[in-house]
Amino acid sequence: MVNLMFIIFAGVTVLGALGAILNRNTVNAAMSLLVCLAGVAGLFIQLDAFLLAFLLILVYAGAVVALFLFIIMLLDVKGSLGGLNRSMGTVATLVAVALMIAGVAAFLRHANLPSVETPMSVGVGSSLKAYAELLFTTYLLPVEVVGFLLLSAMLGVIALSRKLS
Amino acid sequence: MIQSSLFAYIGLSAVLFAIGFIGVLIRRNAIVIFMSLELMLIASTLALVAFSKYNQTMDGNVFVFFILTVAAAEVAVGLAIVVALFRQKQTIQVSELDSLKH
Repeated sequence: MVNLMFIIFAGVTVLGALGAILNRNTVNAAMSLLVCLAGVAGLFIQLDAFLLAFLLILVYAGAVVALFLFIIMLLDVKGSLGGLNRSMGTVATLVAVALMIAGVAAFLRHANLPSVETPMSVGVGSSLKAYAELLFTTYLLPVEVVGFLLLSAMLGVIALSRKLS
Repeated sequence: MIQSSLFAYIGLSAVLFAIGFIGVLIRRNAIVIFMSLELMLIASTLALVAFSKYNQTMDGNVFVFFILTVAAAEVAVGLAIVVALFRQKQTIQVSELDSLKH
């Protein structure tokens, strides 16, 4: 049996992503992004990354999509699906996407990837302790840098949202 | 037992990235372009988690942790810029925002 759950979640993810970029109504696009995120969270659970699935739902679905919806409703703008009428834009889009797909296909053909997955040793991807150990030893400096990034982003948002005189 | 290969996850990640990429190129609404950018970030995240699983390490998962943080900061700043832009120009259609073009 092929992995049925992978097919279901992959289908949900791709359909949600297509809905997010093709929907004319911006609110519906944000809702489709939510569906896509749910699919990705399901895939994370399949990959034993339970904490990341939980964080994805919490951070993206809880904070990011809610922020998007808030801004969409605040600004009340119409989404338009333009751009494909200009021939140069169409050609450039098609060429760029074809190049990217060709690159990934070449990688997948020559990379000699394992065809069947090896079972994960217990507790490697799922335990909080493993995350904490890496975050506080190997990746301690990036944690500090990300903290500083969050602080500067917060200050930047405050500076941007002041009334311009 | 899960039988789907790394191949499938990387392929799905590439497809998601391509969808986000097309979205950035064909849409004219700044908010939808932002959503497409998020889609591309999520696609790279999926590839990282898949590689992490197949290499039996935690490093990919920890990188995804950082990507989530940076994405949250990016969305906050980006949407603040969109709101500031709308206040000034009364539009967020990128085809009408061409003050730097001439």
